[in-house]
Amino acid sequence: MHVNKLRLFFAVALVIAASACGGQKEEAPTPPPNAKRVDQSKTGNVAGRVMVDGIVPANPRLQIEGDPYCSQQNPTGATGENFIVDNGALENVFVYVKDGLGDYWFDVPNEPVKLDQHACRYQPHVLGIRAGQKLAISNSDDTLHNVHALATANREFNKGQHVKNMVDEKVFTKPEVMVHFKCDVHNWMHAFVGVLNHPYFAVTHDGGKFELKDLPAGTYTVEAWHEKLGTQTQTVTLGEKDSKELNFTFKTSAASSN
Amino acid sequence: MIWLNRYAKLVVASTLLLIGAGGMVTSTGSGLSVPDWPNTYGWFMFTFPMNKWVGGIRYEHTHRLIASTVGFLTIILAVWTWRIDPRAWVRRLGFAALGAVILQGLLGGLTVLLLLPPAVSIGHAGLAQLFFCITITLALVTSRWWTAAGAAPLNDPILRRIALATTVLVYCQILVGATMRHIGAGLAIPTFPLAFGHVLPPDWTAAIAVHFAHRVGAVLVFAAITLTSAHVWHWHRPQRDLIRPATLLFILVCSQATLGALVVMSGLQPIINTAHVVNGALVLGTSLLLTLRVVRRTLQQPVIGDVKTSRRAEVPLLEKDLREVRG
Repeated sequence: MHVNKLRLFFAVALVIAASACGGQKEEAPTPPPNAKRVDQSKTGNVAGRVMVDGIVPANPRLQIEGDPYCSQQNPTGATGENFIVDNGALENVFVYVKDGLGDYWFDVPNEPVKLDQHACRYQPHVLGIRAGQKLAISNSDDTLHNVHALATANREFNKGQHVKNMVDEKVFTKPEVMVHFKCDVHNWMHAFVGVLNHPYFAVTHDGGKFELKDLPAGTYTVEAWHEKLGTQTQTVTLGEKDSKELNFTFKTSAASSN
Repeated sequence: MIWLNRYAKLVVASTLLLIGAGGMVTSTGSGLSVPDWPNTYGWFMFTFPMNKWVGGIRYEHTHRLIASTVGFLTIILAVWTWRIDPRAWVRRLGFAALGAVILQGLLGGLTVLLLLPPAVSIGHAGLAQLFFCITITLALVTSRWWTAAGAAPLNDPILRRIALATTVLVYCQILVGATMRHIGAGLAIPTFPLAFGHVLPPDWTAAIAVHFAHRVGAVLVFAAITLTSAHVWHWHRPQRDLIRPATLLFILVCSQATLGALVVMSGLQPIINTAHVVNGALVLGTSLLLTLRVVRRTLQQPVIGDVKTSRRAEVPLLEKDLREVRG
């Protein structure tokens, strides 16, 4: 009796472990028969900037000494990437159309989006990808990383990359803003991936600028997401071949308390 | 038997070290720094190169190696106990320890492969403490104090009940603490001693509720241990076998409360956090030790004339053991 129970336990444990490691295929979405597509001759653009108002907290100094390779790659030390600000312009903000696209269908690009681990950081720190598109995760470092995607709508995974130039391809099938990537070996390494089923997203870089190109006419909810400052949404109405400017200003808690 | 007892104590110490190593894994967020199991980045665990022990891998891999060592030590403990201890229940306890450590290893592996689901991680943490309790029990029941049967019989049912209740309460508190750690609620209430400036949290979430339950549990545990220790100090002052663990228990619970406060005030500093985990295990172990000593003395039968001894070792037997030996 006891032996049987023990066998049952091991069997259940093995099944669970196998399902955890199993390679369930992530299928790319396929278009419905009468898919509605955007008429490229009538599209417009939404562009703008993301600013930050108030005292911006200093990025923390990273404790990278735990890995000699990382120390060697960052000889003057390293700080976090929470706030990249230039004259009030905020970088690494993910701006995307959250709502209003209706039932348009957008083909998924064949070329993969790249996420690299270089000098013990994820590069880029914030990026967007299409649901069903391949994400090529590479390790350019001569040290071990584990790529841990803490997805909620999609499947969470944790993959070790112990060899330099190792590449793994992953696919997220469902929209999810944002999928948090972390390396548990180097606990300062974080990346954020916005997964969408349309191409209208951008990440702010120089001057906090962004542009959402080739949008069909319509009224849209546009959201700006920042890893520390949260989200802001605005509504914009776009006519055919129209261009609109849309600016976001995040307030830091230090400013709001004043 | 004396060497078995010394060896059992070594297993207890190793287990405490293992609990500390596990605490460091959780406290540094390194639980998934080695994504595979039982291998380590594809290497056989014991051949993983030392120059690759970097970052979080140091904590996780060290934890795995110590766990393997404790597993190996437990195999020896179980076999040794089986071979030389005349008491069937002690021999069974040795194998219960072995079963527990195997199950613990499987839970550790599963929680890595399943990406740290709280239920499995909490089970891993809870079983670790149970295994620790089994090793302490083995160390105590193989000690000369236990086997010599020299301790005076004790008739204090109140102490027996409150000591047992305290031990159970401490274990429940550890489970709540493990839940808090593994659902990431360690700073759900970031202020101490008040909760957001109030006695009761003004807003409630699952994380805040678990965190607050751990604080309430701490008050209850402190009260229970104070009561137990005070009872021993008042009624059994000359009896060193009771006074010592009772005093140590009170000192440990005071340290534990201080460490708990520091954990919050330091923002979950890993070493303080781990010290809180290890000290918590010591509180449980000491409470168990006191309880077992009380139970042993309660069950103590006066030694009659010619003391029956075992064929395997010169161990005076309790009535229960004598019945077993006689069949």
